[in-house]
Amino acid sequence: MSLNEDRKVFLRGLCGKFRNTLIDILYKAQSGHPGGSLSATEIITSLYFEKMNIDPKRPLWEERDRFILGKGHGAPMLYINLAERGFFPVEDLQHLRQFGCHLQGHPCAKDTPGVELSTGPLGLGLSAGAGMALGAKTGKKNFYVYVLMGDGEIQEGIIWEAAMAASKFKLDNLIGILDHNGVQLDGTVNEVMPLGNVRAKWEAFGWKVLEADGHDVGAVCDAVDSAKSIKGCPVIIIAKTVKGKGVSFMEGKNGWHGKAIGPDDYKAAKAELAGGK
Amino acid sequence: MAGSVTGKAMRQVYGETLVDLGKKYQNLVVLDADVSGSTRSCVFAEVFPERFFNVGIAEMNMAAMSAGLSTVGFVPFINTFACFTVLRCADPIRSLIAYTNLNVKVVGTYSGLSDSFDGASHHATMDINFFRALPNFLVLSPSDGPETSRAVEAVFLHKGPVYLRLHRNELPETSDYAKNRFEIGKGIVLRDGKDVTLIATGFMVHRALAAADTLASQGISARVVNIHTIKPIDKDLIVKCASETRGIVTAEEHSITGGLGSAVAEVLAANRPAPVAFVGVENTFTETGDYESLLEKYGLTAHNIVEKAKKIVK
Repeated sequence: MSLNEDRKVFLRGLCGKFRNTLIDILYKAQSGHPGGSLSATEIITSLYFEKMNIDPKRPLWEERDRFILGKGHGAPMLYINLAERGFFPVEDLQHLRQFGCHLQGHPCAKDTPGVELSTGPLGLGLSAGAGMALGAKTGKKNFYVYVLMGDGEIQEGIIWEAAMAASKFKLDNLIGILDHNGVQLDGTVNEVMPLGNVRAKWEAFGWKVLEADGHDVGAVCDAVDSAKSIKGCPVIIIAKTVKGKGVSFMEGKNGWHGKAIGPDDYKAAKAELAGGK
Repeated sequence: MAGSVTGKAMRQVYGETLVDLGKKYQNLVVLDADVSGSTRSCVFAEVFPERFFNVGIAEMNMAAMSAGLSTVGFVPFINTFACFTVLRCADPIRSLIAYTNLNVKVVGTYSGLSDSFDGASHHATMDINFFRALPNFLVLSPSDGPETSRAVEAVFLHKGPVYLRLHRNELPETSDYAKNRFEIGKGIVLRDGKDVTLIATGFMVHRALAAADTLASQGISARVVNIHTIKPIDKDLIVKCASETRGIVTAEEHSITGGLGSAVAEVLAANRPAPVAFVGVENTFTETGDYESLLEKYGLTAHNIVEKAKKIVK
């Protein structure tokens, strides 16, 4: 069933709020990755506030759905969702990337409640997610594993090792989501290392492929529902996104992959986000 | 040569022990990367096909998948050649398994030069140093079949990541568990002596015993210590040996950079400086050949241990 309008409005509101928080905490930290956090905002928020079966009071509940941020540099948006969902105090966000704070530069499962897997070195998330999904099948547990990947990330060879394995073991409880923003650190994906026909590549590895507008919460939620209805093979949702989405001067710019936000840019970004974009 | 033999390769003992443990523990799962016939994880696969996962020739994926499996309550044993545990699996082993202290057991078989004819590409001489440097990891290196079966069980029962280093072949039985007890982190004095101490691990343990025989015939009393746990290393025993004998010779089928010898030297430097000499592969690549010829050429011999011990005693 499609997401009703009230829920859409609610999720959109959260995404606006979270973008604001993101700019605040990255400005304060003077490091971190704005571009990829902004492109993944609707995807992560739709999962944590609508689709995933989780209980922040029981972060280690065995039957919970798992979310893995393969593109670990998107950590700030994950942390905002976890905090706002109640896994740890929202106040902790103010200490992102600071000495002594559990909010590491990249997600650390040992330190931060709700983080399912330590990520950062790209490509490992899908593989570990396949392991979790295989564990669910072997242990006869009913949960889903969601793995969010960057499109630069799928240049890593292990992605395709994992893709083969997920297909072999028929992991229909594994749902990949590709944050397809077309930009990586050194330039556009097409400049740095073209991916060619992304849909055909995943299909060739035995995956069912869905597509969605990654900035439309309704489309993301609908795609997740469709993915869950597919049996016998893993599914990937190719989510079309814009790197830096919501802050016009960051949009589509590889320079904002991991750049510290200066005072003028901070003011401009906040003014734009306050305008409700 | 010291010790008797049972006719079972160390890796075969490993596979059979996995089956024994698999019967007792439903949460033990085994992964392999298309070398299950070599690692002998195939023995487990035959009995427990539903708990055995062959990921194909994709060692890195095997390691990362095992991390995921461990987070949902399974205890994965992952298997490949010892050289590939570090060369192919290093990132997920560090970034997922060690970093978050996941309960994954990494088993490297064909350690040292034991896959002799396959050549330097398949020899493992830089695995101990890698795993030693990983926080949370333990490093075990048994010396014969009976010690292997005890080690495998101890590895399973330990909560946390372990690297288990196994030899390809059948080795002379030297561990003497009629008399000794296997405990992670505790070295075993196989033979007492007062002049010099020979500290060995894995394959080199029986060579150290042979060296002690030779030294005895020349009037030198050599103590022989089997270090089956390289990390955590048995600091107390090493310091005791340094206090009670004139010096130490270490012996390992591994690079002398960062392996057992380095671990022993670190203990000595910090606690009780004493003369120490290293038997192991020097700063060189190895080559194809029959095993004994390689061991001879690269100095992994009782003779080399004897010569280094005599220099210390002189």
